[in-house]
Amino acid sequence: MTDFLGLYNYWIVIFLMMTGFYIVIARENLIKTIIGLNIFQTSVFLLYITMGKVTNGTAPILKGSHSGESHGAEGHGAESHGAEHGQELHSAAEGHLDSGVEAVTEIYSNPIPSVLMLTAIVVGIATTALALALVVRIREEYGTIEEDEILEMDRNS
Amino acid sequence: MNSFPIIRVITKLLIPYILLFGLYVQFHGDFGPGGGFQAGVIFAAALILYGLVYGLPAVHKVAPPKVIEKLTALGLLVYAGTGLACMLLGGNFLDYDVLKHGILTENHFLPEGQHLGIFLVELGVGITVTAVMTMIFYAFAGRERVTS
Amino acid sequence: MMDFIVIPILALLAATAVTVARIRNLWAAVMFTGIYSFLSASWMLILDAPDVAFTEAAVGAGITTILMLATLSLTPRRHRKSGRLSSEDFEERPSKSPLVPLLIVTITGCALVYGTFDMPHFGDPNAPIQVYPQPSFVEKSQPDMHGLPNVVTAVLASYRGYDTLGETAVIFTAGIAVLLILRKNTDDQGTSESQSVTGENA
Repeated sequence: MTDFLGLYNYWIVIFLMMTGFYIVIARENLIKTIIGLNIFQTSVFLLYITMGKVTNGTAPILKGSHSGESHGAEGHGAESHGAEHGQELHSAAEGHLDSGVEAVTEIYSNPIPSVLMLTAIVVGIATTALALALVVRIREEYGTIEEDEILEMDRNS
Repeated sequence: MNSFPIIRVITKLLIPYILLFGLYVQFHGDFGPGGGFQAGVIFAAALILYGLVYGLPAVHKVAPPKVIEKLTALGLLVYAGTGLACMLLGGNFLDYDVLKHGILTENHFLPEGQHLGIFLVELGVGITVTAVMTMIFYAFAGRERVTS
Repeated sequence: MMDFIVIPILALLAATAVTVARIRNLWAAVMFTGIYSFLSASWMLILDAPDVAFTEAAVGAGITTILMLATLSLTPRRHRKSGRLSSEDFEERPSKSPLVPLLIVTITGCALVYGTFDMPHFGDPNAPIQVYPQPSFVEKSQPDMHGLPNVVTAVLASYRGYDTLGETAVIFTAGIAVLLILRKNTDDQGTSESQSVTGENA
């Protein structure tokens, strides 16, 4: 049972994703469709972000490196370890080793999903704005934003 | 919204802080959470708030649409120009290590190398995002309701 | 301890999504979308992605909501002579039977859940995503960036500089496209610009 509980983040994301998908396919109002796409999109962001999380990790903003001064590489190798150093820490914890070295290491969550999603969010708002602009134009041309009515008009013309 | 004095006064009080926060996020993005994308959106939010409360003509005086349109391209040019400057200095495109000037680098008074490159690139992103978001708002708000 | 924060957030997130799907008033749906964005930003913050949470809160809960409200005010269901719009003007029409979409969504969801059984567990430090680039960006950025603490910014602007240049170009293009779609003809620009959604100068 505990094997499956570790996957709860995916299930939450899938639930949200399917809600968005449902809105997209079940509703015929164009604005509602865009809202559904937005919900779907946010769930994809969440999917990526949950994958980057490491247990007991912290945000990938390095401690120990001071903002004002430039530091050499060698001074910081001990303090700031990467996310996958959680791996070593993990195995160390399993073997019940108590070492002072592990106590100082920080575990950082993976920064790469953050980077990808950061740009995706801003591109997402740009494309959403484009979609909304098209909706405004459709309303001006057809007088409605209901999908089936628009299709009806197209067929009759 | 002329008839809501509380909203008008509160907006006037809030906007400087929103702009200040935007600047902080822009220029402190290398050290804490933040960066060009967030700062651009926060800056645009301040302009949009002003436009919502005081009307479109007022915000057009602060940020004329012509200037905003040029800024969208300027941000992208700053970004690409940083890359080209790296090439001219003998590095690869967007390889900031060559951006060394050696002036006042004590205690990072003026950033150089990777710091300078990231700073310029984030500045370009911030300018473009601010301008695009504001421009999109102008486009939507400037369109009157259709009568059909 | 963290569960007491995470579980209510996730429950609220799911409830908000379902509410958006069920509610027919578009104004309310847009506001709920803003709440949904804000809740997902909260979860992102707990998941150690402050940069993304920050962006999602500013973009999703802020700008998206404003743009959607602006679109709604431009697309009422019918035009009123008085010029005042009531909330009924933004009601969706009652939709047809939701059974078929519900079936499709359930089947797709079940397939995806089946697919997750092979996925690495939440927070697993041995997941492929955590071990692949070796040494990771977190370690590499230390010598490369000369002490810039925020790895996300370093990867965004330096390691993936090309990518971000492309994204900026996409935003620029989208902005130009919106302008092309929505801008008035140039001959009466002076007058059309003075009319606003706020209705001040109508």
